Amino acid sequence: MAAAVDSTVVVPASIPRPPDRYRTFTAVISWAAPASLILIVVVLLQQAWPSVVRFGPGFIIGQDWNQVTNTFGALPFIFGTVVTSAIALVIALPVGIAVAVLLAEPGAQGLRGALGTGIELLAAIPSVVYGIWALYVLAPWALLHIETPITDHLAAIPFLGGIPRQTSLFTAALVLAVMILPTLSAVSRDVIRAVPRGLRESTVALGATWWETIWKVILPAARAGIFGATVLALGRALAETVAVAMVIGNRPEIPHSIFAPGYTLAAVIANEFVEATGEIYQGALVEIGLVLILVTLTVNVLALILVHSAKARAAV
Amino acid sequence: MRRNLWRRFSSSFAAGVMYALTILALVPLGLVLWFTVTKGLPSVANLEFFLNSQRPSGIPGGGIANAIVGSAVIVALASLAAIPIGVLSGVYLAEYGAGRWANWVRLASDVLVGAPSIALGLFAYALVVVPQHHFSGTAASVALAILMLPVVIRTTESAVGLIPNGLRESGLALGLPRWRVSLQLILPAAAPGVITGALLAVARAAGETAPVLFTALGNQRLSFDPNHPMSTLPLVVFRDALTPYKDLQQEAWGAALVLVVMVLFINLGSRWVLRRQIRLARQL
Repeated sequence: MAAAVDSTVVVPASIPRPPDRYRTFTAVISWAAPASLILIVVVLLQQAWPSVVRFGPGFIIGQDWNQVTNTFGALPFIFGTVVTSAIALVIALPVGIAVAVLLAEPGAQGLRGALGTGIELLAAIPSVVYGIWALYVLAPWALLHIETPITDHLAAIPFLGGIPRQTSLFTAALVLAVMILPTLSAVSRDVIRAVPRGLRESTVALGATWWETIWKVILPAARAGIFGATVLALGRALAETVAVAMVIGNRPEIPHSIFAPGYTLAAVIANEFVEATGEIYQGALVEIGLVLILVTLTVNVLALILVHSAKARAAV
Repeated sequence: MRRNLWRRFSSSFAAGVMYALTILALVPLGLVLWFTVTKGLPSVANLEFFLNSQRPSGIPGGGIANAIVGSAVIVALASLAAIPIGVLSGVYLAEYGAGRWANWVRLASDVLVGAPSIALGLFAYALVVVPQHHFSGTAASVALAILMLPVVIRTTESAVGLIPNGLRESGLALGLPRWRVSLQLILPAAAPGVITGALLAVARAAGETAPVLFTALGNQRLSFDPNHPMSTLPLVVFRDALTPYKDLQQEAWGAALVLVVMVLFINLGSRWVLRRQIRLARQL
């Protein structure tokens, strides 16, 4: 849009254009974002080096987390992070898509605007507020009304048995589901809006009902973009720290049930870094941070590519 | 005929389910707000809560003055770095943003938005706390500045992009150099959008806990010196909520209420300003 100016201002060929120093200046300033991204990865790698050298690739599959013997492995945290994020996605996905579909409907924007504002405010609430709410309100409620009934009746199913706890992988997943909902629905809404109007109109003209239009035409057309929104939400869930740290129970082992306490990559850094003594222990925590940032960066880049290409394809 | 009836029924049924799910999505918002307000009010109702600093459990009269000051100082320092850099980067993207480099900047800031904030804390720890050998408010500011940067960049870019090209062209036609057109014509016209973007970034930074945990660390006493450990509002919520003491938990709810009120105020206010800005830009 802005670049169109360059082509519309006609400069006579004979007069050499003076160097645009303003452009150079702002371009150099704009290095800040990419540079800090690279710098973060480099600095974390350097800080984690003692641990990287000591444990090698075995760090990822190591199950021990022992400060006394100085053996550290990240598997329990990777497990906790993956499981909580996956459950959160399963819970949030149907709700998020329903919200997105309703928000993307053409016409009658009044109520829809209020609805959209409400969903976006969900994203504005600080995660520590979700944390304190989950700890004192959600966790006791979930224990009584979700965890206990399930463990009572469905204990035969793997990962659903055991003694339910207030602070558990499942509670953490519930909070995460609430926290990723705005990302999921806002991005999906944009993608659904980008579906060409003609597609919707011709389907309706053929006599399809509202639901048939949504289910058989709109959602399939927006599929790739909704997948991108899901991956973006996954990135948010993987990165979330304090709300999870407050309700997951902080136990560095791989539990046999989703209703048992666990731990995530981000939460262990938040809880243990200040007290971590010794090069290896600190290095191991930073290496966990490095694993976390590399995974979330990959996930985010993938999601952005998916969403952009979906929108670009829809615009054609 | 009966088939059509069935189709119509299933469509209405599906619509009902969609609406139900959407209302379900809003339930957590209502619950979080309700519990923060009802549980936080007893703390906030007391003026001492804003004037005194934190006290150990069992000693009455504790407040969060130290955390409010800490949050204000740390976020102000972060803004001082992030806002000018972010605004100029955003202006670059809006004015010269067609090239390949600009796309890298966009990608980097989009990715940076999703970077785990705890990793920013580790980064600031390594960069500031380790060389200084002590925790400090400044270290937290470094982490929060990186957190704010992408938000400021992208909101500035879209705010400047909303300004119609005619304004830019008339400035250039008058013989103004590009930098003057950009900084004295375009940026003031886009100011409401840019300022709300900056405010949203401030709100986000003020609510972050993870990057502050092992940079600012926390401080029970009132301190204005960013070279020392400081407390912030989210730190008070996080640490107090996890203690077994009722009076400290009460303090945590109070601090949470202060945070929520601030964040909602900034968000709803900026939404209003942005809507006005878009309407004005359409009229130009």
